[in-house]
Amino acid sequence: MNSSLLLSIVTFVYCLAAFLYIAAWVFKKKELAVAATWVTIAALIGNVAGMGMRWHESYQIGDGSYGHAPLSNLYESLVFFAATIALIYLVVEYRYKNRTLGAFVMPIAFLCMAYASFGTMNKIQPLIPALKSNWLIAHVITCFFGYAAFAISFGVSLIFLFKDRFQDKNKDTGRSFLPSVALLEELTHQMVTFGFLFLTIGIITGAVWANSAWGSYWTWDPKETWSLITWFVYASLLHARFARGWGGQRIAYLSIIGFMAVLFTYFGVNYLPGLHSYGSV
Amino acid sequence: MLSLAVTSIIGTIVPQNGNPAAYKQQYGEVFYNLFNRLGIFDMYHCWWFQVMLIMLTLNITVCSIQRLSKTWKIIFPTQLSFNRSRFQKRANREEFQNQGALEQLRKEYESFLNQQIGHSIVERTKKGFCVFAEKMRWTRLGVYFVHLSVILLLLGGLIGSLFGFNGSVNIAEGEAADAIWVRNSHEKRQLPFTIRCDDFDVSFYDTGAPREFRSTLTLLENGEPVLTENIIVNDPLRYKGINMFQASYGQLPPEAPKIDPDMEVSLNLLSRESGMQYQRKTKIGQVVELPEGKGKFVIKEFQPSLEFGNMKLGETFIGLLTPSQGEETKVILPVKYARFDTMRKGAIVISITNDAEDFHAGHDHTVRYYTGLQVNSDPGVWVVYAGFLIMIIGCYITFFMSHQQVCIEVIKSGKNNRVFISGITNKNKLSMQNKIKKLAQSLKHVSKQEEL
Ligand code: HEM
Repeated sequence: MNSSLLLSIVTFVYCLAAFLYIAAWVFKKKELAVAATWVTIAALIGNVAGMGMRWHESYQIGDGSYGHAPLSNLYESLVFFAATIALIYLVVEYRYKNRTLGAFVMPIAFLCMAYASFGTMNKIQPLIPALKSNWLIAHVITCFFGYAAFAISFGVSLIFLFKDRFQDKNKDTGRSFLPSVALLEELTHQMVTFGFLFLTIGIITGAVWANSAWGSYWTWDPKETWSLITWFVYASLLHARFARGWGGQRIAYLSIIGFMAVLFTYFGVNYLPGLHSYGSV
Repeated sequence: MLSLAVTSIIGTIVPQNGNPAAYKQQYGEVFYNLFNRLGIFDMYHCWWFQVMLIMLTLNITVCSIQRLSKTWKIIFPTQLSFNRSRFQKRANREEFQNQGALEQLRKEYESFLNQQIGHSIVERTKKGFCVFAEKMRWTRLGVYFVHLSVILLLLGGLIGSLFGFNGSVNIAEGEAADAIWVRNSHEKRQLPFTIRCDDFDVSFYDTGAPREFRSTLTLLENGEPVLTENIIVNDPLRYKGINMFQASYGQLPPEAPKIDPDMEVSLNLLSRESGMQYQRKTKIGQVVELPEGKGKFVIKEFQPSLEFGNMKLGETFIGLLTPSQGEETKVILPVKYARFDTMRKGAIVISITNDAEDFHAGHDHTVRYYTGLQVNSDPGVWVVYAGFLIMIIGCYITFFMSHQQVCIEVIKSGKNNRVFISGITNKNKLSMQNKIKKLAQSLKHVSKQEEL
């Protein structure tokens, strides 16, 4: 058993969880949703265990010189991303006592893992000198907590729009199983604020790290610029909400736009030249 | 009128926030390409960018001051007061009934709120009383912290670009430098000290990827060493506000081999006319009489690796031939290519018969490195860091802490008391609702205990 195998299995467990959540929502079966929660917990445990194993494995090769926390390339970051999504989702599910959201969130975690397992190179590589810093760990963890919260707010916004559109017509379908519009709005806001705080810390730790490695905290590297753009999108969302009292649909659209910016920051930027290392697929 | 003014200002927020992003995106990519080609991309010093930052700073400052002067009184009132009717309209209002003397209840509820929320005040009404308490009023300032932090960041950036510098220098092992090349310009900048690179090491993983670059640097002031330290990537050296970062490294071209000037060079001379071959021994600078009266030849210099056209000739001697009649000609004699001189079509074909290895003597085989240092000074960095800290704290306060006010109202109606409890918060209404529910539960409990 090695970490790659375990994480491949975890991919399918996430798939099962997503499938169960969707089934529970469509057929309105609470038992399925409860099962989905447990499957998600199992997947998360497997996910974290897989990362732990990978960490350990990195010390077994190259006379230990490769050893590093599994947060240094695209594969490792996707695996971590899936774990943060699952973790935050479970907390939300627990706090808001609603299990339908999983139908929209777990597929994202599954897609992350699927992309990681089948679309990227998962060999353990040694760290280049620039990445050898504790700031790397702080930076990646905070950024991905932010991204994961944004991913969930994206899922929630989708449900919101979906519900908003179809609510009045055919009332008695699976949709009534969805949380109330007010709760969805609240959740979007909670996730955006949580994500924003972490994105802020993520950008800041990145800047501090850059300052210790290259001597300037901001160099307009495309990834930095795009993370700033993302930050601006969410800041606009917050201003629209706080200062102008926007709500509902418009906030939902903004949160979707924000998540698109997140995705571009994460993947799209790799097609531009820069310092960040997740480019190597 | 004021509200109109404020709304028009608010109207500028969203495009304000969107625009810099769009600008950076558009100009960012274009300039980035320029940077790659011309190396002149310097966002921080671009005039339109600076103007935008200043506009942004002004906007936030003006907005915040305007807002703050309006809300200051709300945030720090000289006297605590509250408006009962606002609490009566709350959707989260909970009601229950109990019995008991009003005065007794008042005391209980007052201490209850003191305990649960904060200092409470009581207002007597016609048919009963109100107890009111609040906490974390100051969290309304969170937004201003965030805005202050944005201003600090911009200010720090400005200070950095005005009073700081950023440049780089390459120093070969064993050598020293006291000036750097300022980035994106052709200026040199003098440093207040001299950096000497004592040693440079690069280690590799078994994959061939670099593992660590390490330079041992000594700083000298007035020729006196003051400090010696190793630096690696992510671990710079800081001295007198100037930071030295390990940025890159490279190999120096191998040093020119010094061959012994008295070294014996063996020549083979082939006469085209007679087909005879002659052997001669000579040295650099020593004139050789050519056979058959064909003139004189002297070796002028030695080149360790000569390139001729696009041929790499390697170790090569260059000589001067003075024929008995005609003009002097330059003769190129690569050690490895004995037939090279036939191309000259001269009367005598000259070649070197030594082995190429004979001329490796004194050749320095160890690779020499130079270390690439980035050297900068940024007096604004602490302002920026302060901004970072305040931003994190401010965001936390703004998002997750709220000003909470709770009011319990008791109205005597007949034998019973009707008790209302409701709360106002500036954020997170849902959690306030839950809180009121919980408070109502414990309130019932409080009064029941007293009844027994
Ligand atoms: C580059 C970043 C920012 C800019 C340019 C900016 C700009 C502004 C401006 C100009 C206003 C004035 C609105 C008015 O007077 O009505 C404002 C209000 C506000 N901003 Fe920002 N802001 C920024 C960052 C943030 C962040 C990160 C947050 C959230 C943590 C935030 C939260 C707010 C809030 C809540 C208000 C409303 C204030 C109130 O109602 O009293 N701002 N912002």
